[in-house]
Amino acid sequence: MKSEPSLHQAPIAELRNASKHFGDVIAADALNLTIKRGEFLSFLGPSGCGKTTALRMLAGFEAPTKGDVLLDGNAVNDLPAHRRPVNMVFQHYALFPHLTVAENIGYGLRQRRPRMPTSEIATAVERALDTVRLPGYGPRRIWEMSGGQQQRVALARAIVNEPKLLLLDEPLAALDKKLRRDMQIELQTLQRSLGITFVLVTHDQEEALSMSDRICILRGGRIVQVGSPRDLYDRPKNRYVADFVGKSNFFAGTVQQASKDGCSLTVDGGHVISGQSTQDLSRGQKCSASLRPEQIRLTRKPDGGVSYPVQIVTRIFLGEHTEYLVRHADLGDFLVLVPRQAEATEGGFEPGDAAIATWANGSALILADD
Amino acid sequence: MRIYALAVYLFLYIPIGIIALFSFNSGRAASQFTGFSVQWYGKALSNRFVVEAFQTSFAVALASAALATVFGTMAALALQSVKGRVRVAFDALIYIAVMVPGIVIGIATLIALVTVFDWLNPLLAAIWPVAEATPQLSLGYGSLIAAHGLFTMALVIIIVRARVAGMDRSLIEASADLGATPFGTFRQVTLPQIAPAILAGFLLAFTFSFDDFIIAFFVAGSKTTLPIYIFSSIRRGVTPEVNAIGTMVLTISLCLLITAQAILQGGRKPTKN
Repeated sequence: MKSEPSLHQAPIAELRNASKHFGDVIAADALNLTIKRGEFLSFLGPSGCGKTTALRMLAGFEAPTKGDVLLDGNAVNDLPAHRRPVNMVFQHYALFPHLTVAENIGYGLRQRRPRMPTSEIATAVERALDTVRLPGYGPRRIWEMSGGQQQRVALARAIVNEPKLLLLDEPLAALDKKLRRDMQIELQTLQRSLGITFVLVTHDQEEALSMSDRICILRGGRIVQVGSPRDLYDRPKNRYVADFVGKSNFFAGTVQQASKDGCSLTVDGGHVISGQSTQDLSRGQKCSASLRPEQIRLTRKPDGGVSYPVQIVTRIFLGEHTEYLVRHADLGDFLVLVPRQAEATEGGFEPGDAAIATWANGSALILADD
Repeated sequence: MRIYALAVYLFLYIPIGIIALFSFNSGRAASQFTGFSVQWYGKALSNRFVVEAFQTSFAVALASAALATVFGTMAALALQSVKGRVRVAFDALIYIAVMVPGIVIGIATLIALVTVFDWLNPLLAAIWPVAEATPQLSLGYGSLIAAHGLFTMALVIIIVRARVAGMDRSLIEASADLGATPFGTFRQVTLPQIAPAILAGFLLAFTFSFDDFIIAFFVAGSKTTLPIYIFSSIRRGVTPEVNAIGTMVLTISLCLLITAQAILQGGRKPTKN
């Protein structure tokens, strides 16, 4: 387990009101974020949300227009990339095609002044190759390596320098799905064993959820919510987060009643959906009720909770689960995720079948758009 | 269509083929092939004027190509960070430099040099301590190298810039990220990446200067380059000796061009991966 940073220790990195403007475009707008020592943090958001800009400010490729970037408690706004104890794994790896695998990995060590003895560099490179499970690949040429192997070389080239921060810019985007899954596990294991702070940029919510200790969700250059994957999944701050993290059904409506104990929403057809909110809502406000597909059950007969008669539209077999798209006359189409076990007792449904969609009363999340 | 294409190619290459063929003619006649011989090559190579002209051409080509390569590469790298209208202006100027007819460049360079010399020579005479040894600026090696160097620099810029532009920007960022200073990045990443283009640019510049007649004719002064020698000897009639010289020039140029092309093609392979 990772140790909690002690109080007197400065965080490994920090963005303080950091903004980046490119002409009229505000790529990052007053970002405030503390990155804890040894954590695995992800910037998550669609393209153009500012996540890459945030990463590049940490790397030193972009200086903030306003605000500060701190490393180990010191402002490093004007410290160029080559003098920051930070390394990056680039999206397309950016391996040097004219160097061998070993020369690529040793590149960072060869830049050190005073010079590091060649034998020490060779040893460190060997160790890094072992770490990324590519022993003996040192003399190879870059173009002789597969995509997954290049990914590992890029990783080795960064970690061999023992950086304070390892920045990963969509490192798995170019890999196929199976390989991506393997690399996710590997990255996580590597991060735990090295104890280096990882900062990942991704637009893939699954990737962020599966690997990170904390996720920072960005939208339009601003931070929307920072929290553990579980926090974001269970207590999304607004509809945007709920939509981005995991799958969710949204039913638009108007707040009928809101209090600390819960609130309720009138949706199309006069139905009332009640639930909790993570925000302060007021009566009459336009909101959405969010229900995760796995919160809804499909039965043949009503049994407790709120239930709506629906018709099965499509069915997608996912192995462990079956995902149904169902249609209700007033609520419209929504997704239901039925575990294999429930299907075994209840029996499967075919498209066109009638069924009852049920969820526990008050289990919805009532969320405003912002 | 094929017939036309064939005709065009024949029209282009048959005269060249005939020159090469007749350079091996044993007889003197320019229209009758009487037997195979390499005697004209021997004659050409033992001709003092030919050898001198060759040496002049070679020295000028080497020096101007070297200058053009160094400054052209520097310009290509610098232009990379120039944006907007300035960039457009520079691009236009470079392409114009390549497209302007040689005769215009020749005349323009001649006038410019002569004007500068007329202005500088009295100045030099006035400030030089030893009156008898005052250097006189005149047309010759210097003006040949300058004129060829300037023109071929545009070629080098175009070739190197294409390579610089095709280079992955993230390689430079990766190098900086790994702690290399800007100069370290240039030496360890940029230079190896663009080296094939630099070499190809050098070879093309060399070939151009070695072959050039028009610009050289205007600015050579008392010097005689190989193309100028060929031109002047043709006025006395086409001899197999001229054919032999032409064939040698052609062979050298072709070899350099093919090498340059091979370097440019081969240099691309590693980045493909």
